[in-house]
Amino acid sequence: MANFSKSNVPQFSVDVYQNEYLPEGGREVNAIVTVTSTGGGTVGSAVAAPHLYTPGQGPDAAVAIMVDCSGSMDYPPTKMRGARDATAAAIDAVRDGVHFAVIGGTHVAKEVYPGGGQLAVADAGTREQAKQALRKLSAGGGTAIGTWLRLADRLLASADVTIRHGIVLTDGRNEHESAEDLKAALDACAGRFTCDARGVGTDWEVKEVTGIASALLGTADIVADPAGLSADFTQMMETAMGKEVADVALRLWTPVGTAIKFVKQVAPTVEELTDRRTEAGPRAGDYPTGSWGDESRDYHVCVEVPEAGIGQEMLAARVSLVIPQPDGPAQPLGAQGLVRAVWTDDMAASTSINPQVAHYTGQAELAQVIQQGLDARKAGDVDGATAKLGRAVQLASVSGNADTAKLLAKVVDVVDAPAGTVRLKAKVEEADEMTLETRSTKTVRVKK
Amino acid sequence: MSQMPPALSKCPSCEEPLDSGDRFCGACGYDLSAVPAPPDDNPTITMNGTAPHPPYPPSAAPSVDWPIAPETDSSHRPAPVHVPSEIQGTDSAGHELPAHASGVRFDGPPHPDEYTLQAPDPRTADFVTTPSSGTKVCVACRAGQVDQDGYCENCGHAQPRERDHMEQELDAVSAVSDRGLRHHRNEDAFAISSTALPDGSSAVVAIVCDGVSSATRPDEASLAASRAANESLLEALPRGTHPQQAMHDAIIAASRAVNALAGAAPAEHAPHQNAPACTLVGAVVTPTLLIVGWVGDSRAYWVPVDRTSPAARLTEDDSWAAQMVAAGLMNEAEAYADERAHAITGWLGADAYELEPHTASFKPDRPGVVVVCTDGLWNYAEAAEELAQVTPLDAALRPLHSAQVLVGHALDGGGHDNVTVAVLPFPAPSMGAGSA
Repeated sequence: MANFSKSNVPQFSVDVYQNEYLPEGGREVNAIVTVTSTGGGTVGSAVAAPHLYTPGQGPDAAVAIMVDCSGSMDYPPTKMRGARDATAAAIDAVRDGVHFAVIGGTHVAKEVYPGGGQLAVADAGTREQAKQALRKLSAGGGTAIGTWLRLADRLLASADVTIRHGIVLTDGRNEHESAEDLKAALDACAGRFTCDARGVGTDWEVKEVTGIASALLGTADIVADPAGLSADFTQMMETAMGKEVADVALRLWTPVGTAIKFVKQVAPTVEELTDRRTEAGPRAGDYPTGSWGDESRDYHVCVEVPEAGIGQEMLAARVSLVIPQPDGPAQPLGAQGLVRAVWTDDMAASTSINPQVAHYTGQAELAQVIQQGLDARKAGDVDGATAKLGRAVQLASVSGNADTAKLLAKVVDVVDAPAGTVRLKAKVEEADEMTLETRSTKTVRVKK
Repeated sequence: MSQMPPALSKCPSCEEPLDSGDRFCGACGYDLSAVPAPPDDNPTITMNGTAPHPPYPPSAAPSVDWPIAPETDSSHRPAPVHVPSEIQGTDSAGHELPAHASGVRFDGPPHPDEYTLQAPDPRTADFVTTPSSGTKVCVACRAGQVDQDGYCENCGHAQPRERDHMEQELDAVSAVSDRGLRHHRNEDAFAISSTALPDGSSAVVAIVCDGVSSATRPDEASLAASRAANESLLEALPRGTHPQQAMHDAIIAASRAVNALAGAAPAEHAPHQNAPACTLVGAVVTPTLLIVGWVGDSRAYWVPVDRTSPAARLTEDDSWAAQMVAAGLMNEAEAYADERAHAITGWLGADAYELEPHTASFKPDRPGVVVVCTDGLWNYAEAAEELAQVTPLDAALRPLHSAQVLVGHALDGGGHDNVTVAVLPFPAPSMGAGSA
């Protein structure tokens, strides 16, 4: 039974994992902050239960699908067909009442459906019309993803909704605008909608696609075989449909005299957030986390505190979740966690490392050494690549990151995983290398 | 200091009184330089048959010439070795799970993740003078206000919790409790009160409890035990129950109160936790009688007003050291120098062995004071003579001041543990002042 009294804003909870004990003179406090949001019970997501909305008010979401229609999509022709089928599958996954639009992208952005600077409201009829419109999609032209994003932003802004989400599909490099143009477009769109990015085939640039997803707080992935697009698009759209609250920020308060060394998301993927801070009142700052459905993410917070004597205790940081409002105070989401520092002369207490902190420190290093190893490999530095990827194999093996271990095994021959002894494979499929690079930031959680 | 042992008042072996400067006992010839100096810190620690963890920090561990590991065969292949990283971590603190032998409590440094710091307990609020209402200002930076979690909103420093330092003064008894310098919270608790016996004479009560750190929620255990024992005495004494019987019943009541806490434990942590536990020592002073009762290693001492007559310890610890001495296996000095000395063999708590409340009744023939304290004090003044030396001469007249001085002595000595002291002058005023 639906619970009508519950709001559709999910309940957030914050758990802090840390070893708060510092030795005499210790200054660095590390903590893993697990943020979990649980949806409004049986109400579920904003779009899953549209009948619970007051009449006249639709589900609170809008999505824009941006499909690459550049000339290269015709080589091979299965790519365009795959993209069309995938977009159709994604449209089928759009729930009734959600606003949506389809954009065809070349060196300029074209509205494919519904057109006229509008968004369509999903129902059986509009979904069918949209799929009909996809047939008109043909390949020809260049690639300027920044223009697609700006058009998506304009269209999504036309609806009065909470959740705004985009999906970008590209098969090639962003060749018809400068990197600065794309950067400017991403800056303009950041915080206005979230966006997943997918590369199809192997002719696209991993850093461009992951850069889009990172800036717009979405996911990035490779779909090497166009036939796999439909399943991926359906899944992406379903995830988007599960989002319940947008523009959530992780707010960090720290006392006078402390410095934040870094803040990063460490699960489900590694995402550096340190430089994305927005000041929010005295000694507090907000870090963007995008939109949330029923999910759980982990953040690694590292704070430097002033020294204090044995037996002293202080609050190193207070972590909470808020929805910043452009005008007026942010809306708090209720949950908060405390990161503490306690100085002790008990060496056993102060020298132990919290297993969560240790685990995610390893996962962050894993993502980093994969990146460095692949860069070294591209640069022809065989020794450097072998060392870095060997370390990656070791870390993946120790932490039980089986997915990443499998991907690594396609790029290197593993001689001794625990010791990190590997040989670079002489011949590596381009798709395998791109998959490893795209997915290098995926982490696994601590085994409980 | 091994050449000149700390001035002993009597021979550890035969109890013969000694002069300062003696190197051997005049009666039995015991080599006094062989008496090991007591360790700085005397945490109440493990006694489960296995050797306890050495207390050295890794850096202070003696350097050792490790033998070369033998090869397993003759082919010059090194023996297989285990690298620490090969072993998966176990519990959340990365330790092996401790194997607690039932029957003994460990009061060593607790595993850091076993408990979280407690918020100030509002129930203790009536023990302290409430600070002026209105905004609280941080004690560390004096600039920020204190948030509802007890931290400064400016510099983040934790504010003293209500139980960090508690003092209470009644007409005929006073008590002081302090967190000490090394522990981050105060797990001791006390309760003092006075009441009237049926004949109108007054009876003064002091109860002191020390939470067992390795148990969960030791601070709650000590608080519950001290309150329950105090209430039980306040009810029984005016009815004419013999004070010694009343003390016995009070310990039973305290034990029930601590046992009840175990049932209320949050279930999610259950496997890791052991039941809340604490020690208890109590004293009842009437115009003619002095009753003490205890379980565990908290103590009561008798310090006469006339210091020419001897001071005395009134309680016998439920501890490893006391058992060793009682069994004649070690002399007192050796036993207390051992790191197992403070492992207690009796306590209040749901997982205690059969509860054995000890009570004793005395009829002192001269005035004096009873010092009721936790090991946070007697670690720094173990022998009755030592304790008498640090007790102010006017203790009977100014009990609160004396309790403060004694707590100060423990803090000056290093304050390694929570310290709680109650001072009761004997005899109690014969004309009861009624309950305070």
